[in-house]
Amino acid sequence: MNLTLKIWRQSGPKAKGEMVTYPVTDISEDMSFLEMLDVLNEQLNARGEEPIAFDSDCREGICGMCGLMISGKAHGPEVTTTCQLHMRSFSDGDEITIEPWRADAFPVIKDLVVDRGSFDRIIQAGGFISANTGSAPEAHSVPVPKPKADRAFMAAACIGCGACVAACPNASGMLFMGAKITHLGELPQGQPERDARVVNMVTQHDHEGFGGCTNIGECSSACPKEIPLDVINQLNKDLRGALMRGE
Amino acid sequence: MTTTSTTPSSPVPGLVHGVYAEGEPIRDTKAPAGPIDRRWNTRKFEASLVNPANRRKLSVIIVGTGLAGGAAAATLGEAGYQVKSFCYQDSPRRAHSIAAQGGINAAKNYKEDGDSVYRLFYDTVKGGDYRSRESNVYRLAEVSTNIIDQCVAQGVPFAREYGGLLDNRSFGGVQVSRTFYARGQTGQQLLIGAYQALERQVAAGTVEMFSRHEMLEVVVVDGQARGIIARDLVTGEIETHLADAVVLASGGYGNVFYLSTNAMGSNVTATWRAHRKGAHFANPCYTQIHPTCIPVAGEHQSKLTLMSESLRNDGRIWVPKNAADCEKDPRQIPEEDRDYYLERIYPSFGNLVPRDIASRQAKNVCDEGRGVGPKVGDFRRGVYLDFTDALKRMSAEAVAEKYGNLLDMYQRITGENPYEVPMRIYPAVHYTMGGLWVDYDLQSSIPGLFVTGEANFSDHGANRLGASALMQGLADGYFVLPHTIRDYLAKGPFPKLEESHEAVVEARASVDARVAKFLSINGDRSVDSFHKELGNIMWEFCGMERSEEGLLKAIDLIRGLRDEFWRNVKVLGSADTLNQSLEKAGRVADFLELGELMCIDALHRRESCGGHFRAESQTEDGEALRHDDEYAYVAAWEWGGQDGAPVLHKEDLVYEFVEMKQRSYK
Ligand SMILES: Cc1cc2nc3c(=O)[nH]c(=O)nc-3n(C[C@H](O)[C@H](O)[C@H](O)COP(=O)(O)OP(=O)(O)OC[C@H]3O[C@@H](n4cnc5c(N)ncnc54)[C@H](O)[C@@H]3O)c2cc1C
Ligand code: SF4
Ligand code: FES
Repeated sequence: MNLTLKIWRQSGPKAKGEMVTYPVTDISEDMSFLEMLDVLNEQLNARGEEPIAFDSDCREGICGMCGLMISGKAHGPEVTTTCQLHMRSFSDGDEITIEPWRADAFPVIKDLVVDRGSFDRIIQAGGFISANTGSAPEAHSVPVPKPKADRAFMAAACIGCGACVAACPNASGMLFMGAKITHLGELPQGQPERDARVVNMVTQHDHEGFGGCTNIGECSSACPKEIPLDVINQLNKDLRGALMRGE
Repeated sequence: MTTTSTTPSSPVPGLVHGVYAEGEPIRDTKAPAGPIDRRWNTRKFEASLVNPANRRKLSVIIVGTGLAGGAAAATLGEAGYQVKSFCYQDSPRRAHSIAAQGGINAAKNYKEDGDSVYRLFYDTVKGGDYRSRESNVYRLAEVSTNIIDQCVAQGVPFAREYGGLLDNRSFGGVQVSRTFYARGQTGQQLLIGAYQALERQVAAGTVEMFSRHEMLEVVVVDGQARGIIARDLVTGEIETHLADAVVLASGGYGNVFYLSTNAMGSNVTATWRAHRKGAHFANPCYTQIHPTCIPVAGEHQSKLTLMSESLRNDGRIWVPKNAADCEKDPRQIPEEDRDYYLERIYPSFGNLVPRDIASRQAKNVCDEGRGVGPKVGDFRRGVYLDFTDALKRMSAEAVAEKYGNLLDMYQRITGENPYEVPMRIYPAVHYTMGGLWVDYDLQSSIPGLFVTGEANFSDHGANRLGASALMQGLADGYFVLPHTIRDYLAKGPFPKLEESHEAVVEARASVDARVAKFLSINGDRSVDSFHKELGNIMWEFCGMERSEEGLLKAIDLIRGLRDEFWRNVKVLGSADTLNQSLEKAGRVADFLELGELMCIDALHRRESCGGHFRAESQTEDGEALRHDDEYAYVAAWEWGGQDGAPVLHKEDLVYEFVEMKQRSYK
């Protein structure tokens, strides 16, 4: 198929960016979206133009490194990651716009690459269970009811890609954060630090410049791991409880 | 030693095959003698202690944030050392360990099915085809149980039973259920556990994190590893980082084949640069090829996707009997025209033969022209994995319950519905057992340089069992390295080193020069085109089946390609910004050197062993034939210099506890 791509080019963090049009031809429907960009990059390189910078690593939908706004949708038209999106989801003649995640907390580094260090700093603020190596009790000493274990697992499936932030009109990181709060909060091991965790993570989130949540739900629809909105309710509940208990 | 007259087209006189020299044997001097189940305790006891007040004066650089590096950084940070942690991704959470699906082994014996530390040890030595060290493997099995405790305490959401206890499954053909798992995301959940522990230490100030940084050189001063040179991938700045010890946990080098199940950025640079500075590279040719991957769809293919081999439990593998049927709709090919070749050749194991056998037979039937799917080059590279019988036997719901996520993934990638049309699979490079040589302390042949996880060679011999790489990464990172490295650090803090020291200046200058060189060549070919061509050579001649003739040819081809690379590669852009072509150029330049060493290693090992089949060493009916009398050793290669030849050092493997046997699956 033949397509017209309109791609965001920005030479550096401080540079002014612009959309540039690139026609591509002979795209096979078996290509992944990123392989289609690989092909374009090979052509640009051959013409002496600098290839387009974009992030990816596992290309299996699990590392969370990739992430593009594709015609206005985070990760494109399917519920999956950009690397797992295939060209059979498009038709001959389509015009596709490709932009980086847009959020104050995710500044652009170059072209389609953004800095998501703010997510790491939210985890540093409290997204962990303090258990020094070697201090752990026998694994079977604390059984975890299966429904709780399953819910913790469901929330732990978040890959930290940032699509939720990119999709949210407020650029809020609440779905990402709610997923971590729910993962650790469902487990007995996560209880001792539960109050401090939510307060510290939320404080960091706001400090990073993410917006607040106004219950629009775009985040969950864009999430490739289908993290449900109710993790945000869980977060809010935990936060209210913690504040009431004076954390 | 086997010598023949065959050599590459430009042999160097006096060298074996015209390509390598043989040096003195080497030995692991750190593993204690005595009963196998006491060795690790003895070593821990004998390793010197470091007073807590001194720890913060000691600094350690750790390259890599996968299971092996992330766990080590967190643990050493908790202990109070000053740690600097590096990864090339934008966050330590994205290291390639994240992609592991199946599970992690541990000898917990929760199923009371006869498992034990000794049995896990025995299975791993046997699975490695008797090419690993008994002491190391025993220790791995011994600490495996601590790993599960540690991960559960961190909140890793392993699968559980209704009673709330942990669930186990049997994996990779072993007879006991010792594999812990978190649906198809075991690697992700384990890595997130290590990552969170690491971030906790970043917050505590014991670990300083450098993401989007790539290590490009190791700094060796007076024979000791004292730091690294790294490039900040965002600003392009070349930075010097100095420390008392350096740990490489940089993962495997399967991407030398271009197409593999590894992440796009997986590379050999960290370990290869250390090799060039004096660290021996052990068994580089030992590669694991996984039989159940989604086949190549066309020239554009950038990586391959693994599907769990559990699919072989219920799927049947076949190709058409007649090449003429290969283009037909498989559903139209009648039963009598199908060749269920694994069931035919190995009636007792059938579709469940080990990974290497399943892979090699798939290649054989495709080489015969009976492969299916799109043609890539001259051949169709695919065989059917058919669930038709399973769907009849078990109902679609039961199949979906067991394999749903895998079948969905297959459909997403290929656009074909596996509930209606048989899937197509083909082997792909998956794991590299070879890596930097280390002793029992995980220290390389450069004092102060430690190597953990897939980056070292230590525990899997010539073949790795399923679910044991995650075990090794976490064993090394949480429980082994923190003890062994303290024995080294106890001798420090070492004399303060200035950035102006000539060894530091030299290391940095060499990196600057290399970066400048890539950008100045301005030839005609992209980095990827060289990488693809190298991958084709490796896959053809140093893949599942190797022969002397093929390997000698490959060595010639790689030398030619490397020469062209340095004359004709085209890297655009500048050094002072994010420049992904420049990053790739460095990685491919190192792969072009590693590839040759892999071929030399494969050439010298004239036996079939583990995942590595040597055409000249087979039984009458075409099965792998090992030669324990000649090859029961670790091949540790010393860098011979830019224009010199590699030097082989042999470390004899002694089996005191496990008896060596030939494998048989007929
Ligand atoms: C698809 C797939 C499925 C698998 N499934 C299983 C399974 O079910 N069970 C199992 O036991 N094993 C499995 N394995 C194998 C296992 O995942 C790996 O062997 C293991 O995770 C490797 O861990 P590691 O910590 O050694 O390295 P990695 O996780 O690969 O980490 C390497 C780290 O080094 C960094 N790095 C590399 N080079 C540089 C450099 N030059 N400068 C700076 N940083 C650098 C990277 O950024 C990264 O942080 C699987 C592998 C694959 C590919
Ligand atoms: S919640 Fe979903 S969209 Fe947000 S970071 Fe996690 S996986 Fe990505
Ligand atoms: S590249 Fe890893 S999720 Fe897309």
